[in-house]
Amino acid sequence: MLSSRKAWGLDLGLESAALAGDRRALARLLSHVENGAAEGRAALAALFSRTGRAHIIGITGSPGAGKSTLVGKLAQEIRAYGRRLAIVAVDPTSPFSGGALLGDRLRMRELASDEGVFIRSMASRGHPGGIAHATRDVVLLLDAIGFPVVIVETVGAGQAQVEVARVAHTVVLVEAPGMGDDVQALKAGLMEIADIIVVNKADRPEAKQTVRALQFVRRDMGSAGHHGAGALQPATEPVVLGWDPPILQTAAIESQGISELWDAIQAHRRYLEESGAWDVLRKRHARAEVESWLQRHLMLLLEERIGELRMNEAVDRVLRREQDPATAARNLLGAALEPDRDPIA
Amino acid sequence: MERKIRVLIAKPGLDGHDRGAKVVARALRDAGMEVIYTGLRQTPVMVAEAALQEDVDLIGLSILSGAHLALVPRIFEELAKRGLETLPVFVGGIIPADDVPVLKQMGVGEVFGPGTSTQDVVAFIKESLGA
Ligand SMILES: Nc1nc2c(ncn2[C@@H]2O[C@H](COP(=O)(O)OP(=O)(O)OP(=O)(O)O)[C@@H](O)[C@H]2O)c(=O)[nH]1
Ligand SMILES: [Mg+2]
Repeated sequence: MLSSRKAWGLDLGLESAALAGDRRALARLLSHVENGAAEGRAALAALFSRTGRAHIIGITGSPGAGKSTLVGKLAQEIRAYGRRLAIVAVDPTSPFSGGALLGDRLRMRELASDEGVFIRSMASRGHPGGIAHATRDVVLLLDAIGFPVVIVETVGAGQAQVEVARVAHTVVLVEAPGMGDDVQALKAGLMEIADIIVVNKADRPEAKQTVRALQFVRRDMGSAGHHGAGALQPATEPVVLGWDPPILQTAAIESQGISELWDAIQAHRRYLEESGAWDVLRKRHARAEVESWLQRHLMLLLEERIGELRMNEAVDRVLRREQDPATAARNLLGAALEPDRDPIA
Repeated sequence: MERKIRVLIAKPGLDGHDRGAKVVARALRDAGMEVIYTGLRQTPVMVAEAALQEDVDLIGLSILSGAHLALVPRIFEELAKRGLETLPVFVGGIIPADDVPVLKQMGVGEVFGPGTSTQDVVAFIKESLGA
């Protein structure tokens, strides 16, 4: 631990302090969760029964499309109804230094002194899907603490960065004129997870063209191409139909189109609840989570059982071309799963 | 478990130049830190709120306006209101030599003038965090 991170003195009390509204305790707990520290895991386990109430809204789209500016304005709109909210803003970690420049707050300055809004910046820390590995757990904690709305802003995303669909109930795709014009690429990924499509920077004349291009793609995809926030489900499950992603226009810097966007987000939530899609979505999210933890636990267990020595031997056999990698892995697995192997070996 | 140094770089006061602050922010990123950059014209409340919500290890203030003797105590006051009085703070910018001891007396850990090497800032941070 770094010296400035003095022992809290009552680290065990962090959870109850955070629940009672102590924002500093919440901030520290979020760090523990983000760092995968034991205190964070314990808190999530203890508070898990309180989760499942927040409406989680994902905001994704091209770099520089205006996501942060829009999130700031949307948050003001939500605050006007008196609801508290949390914002988790993810920016990329530099692959060279491991450091990160987290600049999303810069565009949310109107919220900076409103105690009803909690903004947390996160670095992606090498995770490829547009959010950080720990983003889902950070969102869970904010949900447990009682924020009725949690907004997740992803890294400026390309077509493959669709992981926010595993976290959010409603995914908003933000594009802007002149950037997302490579619409064919959008079609492949982001369009499919979008529940609401926004063309921001509508103050620019070229916006109309972008809207038309997106309308064209949407028509081309048909509603069967839309999977919404449930897009990453196992292919065996039926897609819930009945929602056509609207295409809206906003000019975030001029606060134009913001209340229409909030209306659309709420309409989507109502749709989820009334159609039963909400429950399907929750089940998918839960399953994806259990599976991902299973993978993590399994890898740790196997690494522990196999040991560095056997791993190195296997690698050497592959290097000497005595065994192909698939066979080497299968043999390691076989040895690791043997019931009565010598525990000291 | 991954643990990164988190630094808030804030630009309180009314002057409109943030080139220096950005240079420092980038240098700290390149030294492997996670840098929360909040931009121009931050009020003391905004600085303290960002430090609280982001659970930073340290705050860097860039002040070019000449208002450092007025701003710094107000920022410390807002930090203290939130239980953050022990957070290390450094100041960068144009600070007359006579004011440096005054700022340090107030609790500022270090003052970096124009032409400071960013390496010195990195070294100061690592030292004050015992990293
Ligand atoms: N003309 C115009 N510019 C806008 C609008 N909204 C945002 N911008 C500008 O677009 C630039 C990028 O805005 P951000 O909100 O930082 O965009 P972002 O999508 O969050 O960017 P990343 O997080 O870096 O991917 C800024 O200079 C904004 O001022 C808008 O409605 N109209
Ligand atoms: Mg942003």
